[in-house]
Amino acid sequence: MLPAMTPPANPSVGLFVTCLVDLFRPSVGFAAAKLLEAAGCRVAVPRAQTCCGQPAYNSGDKLDAKRLARRTIAAFRRFDYVVAPSGSCAGMIKAHYPEAFAGDAKWLPRAEALAAKTHELVSFLHDVMGVKAVPGKFEGIAAYHDSCSSLREMGVRAQPRALLAKVPGLALRELPGSEVCCGFGGTFCVKYPEISNHMVADKCREIAESGADTVLSGDMGCLMNIAGKLSRDGREIRAYHVAEVLAGVDAAPLGRLRAEAEEATA
Amino acid sequence: MNAFSPRDFKANALRALADPDLQRALGNMRQGFIERRRSAAARLPEFDALRDKARDIKQHVIGHLDLYLEAFEKSVVANGGTVHWAKDGTQARDIILNICRLVGAETVTKGKSMVGEEIAINPFLEANGIRPVETDLGEYIIQLRDEPPSHIIAPAIHVNKEQIADAFRKHHRDLAPERPLTDRGALLSEARRALRERFLAADVGITGANFLVAETGSTIIVTNEGNGDLTQTLPRIHIVIAGIEKVVPTLDDAMALVRVLARSATGQDMSVYTTISTGGKREGDLDGPEQFHVVLLDNGRSALIGSEFQEVLRCIRCGACLNHCPVYGSVGGHAYGSVYPGPIGKVLTPALVGLGEARDLPNASTFCGRCEEVCPVRIPLPKLMRYWREREYTQKLSPPRTRWAIRLWAFGARLPALYHFGARLAAFWLYRRGKKGGGRIASLRLGEGWTRFRDFPAPQGKTFQSQWRGARRHRAAP
Repeated sequence: MLPAMTPPANPSVGLFVTCLVDLFRPSVGFAAAKLLEAAGCRVAVPRAQTCCGQPAYNSGDKLDAKRLARRTIAAFRRFDYVVAPSGSCAGMIKAHYPEAFAGDAKWLPRAEALAAKTHELVSFLHDVMGVKAVPGKFEGIAAYHDSCSSLREMGVRAQPRALLAKVPGLALRELPGSEVCCGFGGTFCVKYPEISNHMVADKCREIAESGADTVLSGDMGCLMNIAGKLSRDGREIRAYHVAEVLAGVDAAPLGRLRAEAEEATA
Repeated sequence: MNAFSPRDFKANALRALADPDLQRALGNMRQGFIERRRSAAARLPEFDALRDKARDIKQHVIGHLDLYLEAFEKSVVANGGTVHWAKDGTQARDIILNICRLVGAETVTKGKSMVGEEIAINPFLEANGIRPVETDLGEYIIQLRDEPPSHIIAPAIHVNKEQIADAFRKHHRDLAPERPLTDRGALLSEARRALRERFLAADVGITGANFLVAETGSTIIVTNEGNGDLTQTLPRIHIVIAGIEKVVPTLDDAMALVRVLARSATGQDMSVYTTISTGGKREGDLDGPEQFHVVLLDNGRSALIGSEFQEVLRCIRCGACLNHCPVYGSVGGHAYGSVYPGPIGKVLTPALVGLGEARDLPNASTFCGRCEEVCPVRIPLPKLMRYWREREYTQKLSPPRTRWAIRLWAFGARLPALYHFGARLAAFWLYRRGKKGGGRIASLRLGEGWTRFRDFPAPQGKTFQSQWRGARRHRAAP
């Protein structure tokens, strides 16, 4: 874990919303904005942002990945920090943009400049802004799922656990295989559905065995995979993005409608 | 035995997922290896620094491979041995067969060697009237069962005790039917009894090498069973087969690598036997082979030097990437249809057999990164898999439908107005579909791969971008 630096005064933060949050779960974006503003950041959401390009990059389409990367670099140039509620998308910018532009005299420095100021949301709050308290409260026993890119590309492990520990009403359970992939893997989950299913089935069994009634993660891809499998298996375990719980955002869990959620928590 | 080609990865993976014996074996294996490596690493505070050193040694060698190989040959010759250079599997097999014929060999004992698997030496020797006998217990079991190894260091990891007993009863003609073979000890002593005779009868012993030492002309094997020692000291002829990337400058370098090898592989501080062979029997020696041959195999390795894949040549074949791979843990080694399974195989196999043949392998990864995290020589395996995907894309080996889908999506994503409009439509449509199912979608025609096994959590309705603009209209919009 990085030592908390002196928080910069009111930094300007460009929120990189991510495709999945934008399309599937805006409440995560609002939760992220709420947490960032509570930490003293000025938050803006550039409309020019679309996707970081990771699906193209991981499919071998480097040309398109770089086209999208150049757009992202331009859209977020003016901010002090760029923050994403995803280790995967933040990891794409931080680890892979400089790699993709290796040897490019014009774009490599720009990619490196963006990479240097890009953070995953929870680690940014904890490590950079030195956040000690969060507005959320939550009733439940939660298992936190480490997404592979948060864990291995962004060094996110202790930060979400530290902040979740401050949420009143929330008890955290550690999963024995917390370092093991859930089987999402972007296009992997539809290219190799049987293998992906085997992996997510293991993960869901572990979550259920932990006694948790809620699963939390910092990446929408993993969460959708896990929530979809939990619901297919008929397990009554709620899935939320970690930012929603930290911010105390009022939304139904993934894959549920509001009424049902209220019924479940009543 | 299933079809053994990387072309059949998908079909083989399906079969593996449905095989309860295999699933049980894989379940047992995984946690054992992982826990043992973790505690071995924890016992050695400088483990990560040693990994850096190991990486640097191997990387240095790749940059000066010609130099160290020539030095190695010189040292071997000075010790009275012979070095043979094999461009590919055919040449390597011919060299080995010639040596065997020159001494009129009828049986050959073999220590465990991945290069031996790579050049498929056993079927070749058999076809030429020479009987090869594997002496590593795991290799011996799979030889009896006539199947390839499913793991780099634990070749019979997929086989259970009952299957081993069946194989012994079928092939050991002198085994009394009433003799129980139910526990590990009984199986082990039966294998030992059968193998002892073979060790003594062999004319030639073939081993692999974990390291070749340029400074001394030595070859080094690390084993846990001691079979390698018997294989190389009892017969008259010792043939070592090794890939050219196995050379290291000095004995000290080899020992630095030994320190990370067993810890990464089995979680041992050291393997039980570390055997250094420097030439054949010298005057005054009590034992040892009369002749010492080293067959150095290229088989596509030198072509990797200077390419984006060259870091894969650092591999010391510890198997840690397999042990920690969730895909390997789901489907086992045979599904890969290649001698080298798991993450290392996903990078190495396309180089050995061609990308067209092994297209699935670099794709069948979630890029979870655990392989790179545990690799003792820090090979960036996911990155190298991605390089294969890039080649696949540029060489148009991937299905046209996939390529067009990506290009179309990327085109849309370059036009924010179009992208946000499309996202709004998709969010609304999926939200409506999900509403009927209580927030989840049970079946999506375009996402059949997803919904066959999982529900699809429906979106909340409006996109973030559209809501944010609405909610924050009073603020200065960027």
